[in-house]
Amino acid sequence: MKLVTGNDLETGDVIWWAGDGWSRHVAQAVDAGSAGESIGAKEEAARRVNGPYVIDATLTADGPRPAHIKDRIRAAGPTCRPDLGIKPADANRGDWVI
Amino acid sequence: MYRYDEYDQAAVDARVEEFRDQVNRRISGAMSEDQFKPLRLMNGLYLQLHAYMLRVAVPYGTLDGRQMHMLAHIARKYDKGYGHFTTRQNIQYNWIKLDQAADILAELATVEMHAIQTSGNCIRNISSDQFAGAAADEVEDPRPWAELLRQWSTFHPEFSYLPRKFKIAVIGADQDRAAMRLHDIGLQLYRNDAGEVGFRLFAGGGMGRTPMIAPVIRDWLPKQDLLSYVEACLRVYNRHGRRDNIYKARIKILVHEIGAAEYARQVEEEWAHVKTLGLDPPAAEFERIAAFFAPPAYEAGVPDTVDLSDPDFRLWVDQNVSAHKQPGYAVVTISLKPREGIPGDASADQIDVMADLAERYAHNELRVTHAQNIVLPHTPKRDLYAIWQALDAAGLATPNLDLISDIIACPGLDYCALANARSIPLAQKIAGRFADLDRQRDLGEIKLKISGGINACGHHHAGHIGILGVDRKGEENYQLLFGGSGAEDASLAKIVGPGFSEDGVVDAIEKATDVYLANRTEGERFLDTYRRVGMAPFKEAIYG
Amino acid sequence: MGDPDQSDLGGEPRLRFRDDEPHEEPAVTLDAFFGQTNATAVRLESDEDARALIPHIGQLALVEVAFPTFRDGRGYSAARILREAGYTGELRAQGDVLVDQIPLMRRCGFDAFAPQADIDRKALDRALGRQPYASQKAADAAVPVWRRRHG
Repeated sequence: MKLVTGNDLETGDVIWWAGDGWSRHVAQAVDAGSAGESIGAKEEAARRVNGPYVIDATLTADGPRPAHIKDRIRAAGPTCRPDLGIKPADANRGDWVI
Repeated sequence: MYRYDEYDQAAVDARVEEFRDQVNRRISGAMSEDQFKPLRLMNGLYLQLHAYMLRVAVPYGTLDGRQMHMLAHIARKYDKGYGHFTTRQNIQYNWIKLDQAADILAELATVEMHAIQTSGNCIRNISSDQFAGAAADEVEDPRPWAELLRQWSTFHPEFSYLPRKFKIAVIGADQDRAAMRLHDIGLQLYRNDAGEVGFRLFAGGGMGRTPMIAPVIRDWLPKQDLLSYVEACLRVYNRHGRRDNIYKARIKILVHEIGAAEYARQVEEEWAHVKTLGLDPPAAEFERIAAFFAPPAYEAGVPDTVDLSDPDFRLWVDQNVSAHKQPGYAVVTISLKPREGIPGDASADQIDVMADLAERYAHNELRVTHAQNIVLPHTPKRDLYAIWQALDAAGLATPNLDLISDIIACPGLDYCALANARSIPLAQKIAGRFADLDRQRDLGEIKLKISGGINACGHHHAGHIGILGVDRKGEENYQLLFGGSGAEDASLAKIVGPGFSEDGVVDAIEKATDVYLANRTEGERFLDTYRRVGMAPFKEAIYG
Repeated sequence: MGDPDQSDLGGEPRLRFRDDEPHEEPAVTLDAFFGQTNATAVRLESDEDARALIPHIGQLALVEVAFPTFRDGRGYSAARILREAGYTGELRAQGDVLVDQIPLMRRCGFDAFAPQADIDRKALDRALGRQPYASQKAADAAVPVWRRRHG
């Protein structure tokens, strides 16, 4: 599957295209199919996202999992500070990232 | 320490409002990201993996307690309670919101701080020796000249859109504690045969993907000509530095391609013209700035001996306390490399503790080192024990300065949009493998430096042991290098062989230290043994 | 310097910080200039050497310096070189010239601007009025702070 991701223009938060808007949770990301580039361009022009790009991901039982480690770190937070991640209580987060 | 006058303050205050205006134009859509990016970078604001990152300048690494407290305040109020001290003697915050950036700058301006030119293709924060003004081997304090360069380079109208970033370091001692020759311009104050103090100027050093050690461009430069000469150096670079390829745009490539002699010839030709333009301030301005860097009011009769009966304290003094030029005083280096910590990170509470100690005991002065530690440069020996106890209580008394666990590491793929692999977890694994302090001390000085990407922000080219993280088909992979040095014996590290996994590189380092222990002669450091015996025995042990 | 004249000539909005009449002769390329000894207006591309014009500055009324992208900063040096050599005619920055670069260009000696895209005059006025003092001597009349400090 293809996901669209970028950062929120004002807060800088990592955000994922969720079909009808942006979510901070990769679990809510939807398959953008072949529309990723145009979604990114349109949303960037509307200043709802900064620096959007399209990535590969696989759909797992836990939701979409980005193919590249960089985007998994973006999704979960720095691996060296699990307390600062978006879901700090998730004990299995490390396994998901690496 | 330098203090702002009305002119310095007005410049910084105006910059805050300028940036607020630029942010508003970006958020309103009047400016595109493409147009905004260089403007925000020139104010130290990056967009990283998780958020905006703000890099705050600590000019030549010097700050006072009030400024240090402000850094803690910003960490608490606008970030997640910590900051990261960098290899360019700055601090960066990882979780900044664009619409709060101008407010942060406004708070910084109240304590004479800013984020001006901490990124972008302009002249960056001027770096210097963290022991400046305290070191026994110093010819002259280099910081007045660093401050002069700071003011000259601030909003320089001609050099704000250079081919690439431009880093200048100034030192005033024989020992190079600032990696001076790995800068775009390195300046060393020295005394000539006639007894005068002037500069030796190096240009074209740098790290990145094509590391170079800067050659001498001018062996003797009178101090009063500094600005016009550096102006000539920059103009030649601005006009002729490559702009066709970002990876070849640093001045080191220009100097390498045309040769140091030809670059020097062009600079001299330019300078013959430029020095007639009245760009150099009068002696009164040099004197005004230098007066701010007069030695602190040392107490007379401070005892020069220290009670070392507490063994843990003794260990810390032995490892982290250095000689001061003033009897009864010492230089304290506070390690930001605790076991399982993140190199260079300090919590807001720890930053406050260090500020308090400087204010209470150490003439209200602190320094940031390029090795990502903090220095109290002027500390009475009498107070060392009390300082150590306070540091220990705050988790800041790790006695590992210059040992294998005193690792320089860039933020790497945990934070950085340009990185290819993580640096911090690897640094933690290495520190864990060598956790035994006796073992570390037996291994002696080993400068281990980790970069998570080709930009070499972790100075891996200058590591006795260097590590470069790369992306190999989507997997983190680490190249190992030996033999680099950023000190006065500057050298570039060489790649040992094929790369490793994270665990593999830790094993390889351990094997290399075994080769060192088996081969070293009396007094030899790891680097010395490597230079004497060469790569072969290390390679054999690691890959054989 | 006074309020700049913003006229719309040849489709490009132009900002002028000069009191004399705009020079209307089209700027020729550097090559053409050297083949045509009576030209009074010349255009300098960003990779061309401003020093080549120094022997001829007495006959020039307009030098247009190209900024193909705002990131290409060579034109700042070109402007200073011409001003330092005594050139007093119109010095125009043309191309990808944006609000936040104009104050720096002014300090380097540019006194006219032909930006590709519209300039927001209010934003430009704010930008130009922003910094009260100059940290260093450049090609404009601004007094560097060290001279203010020491008279």
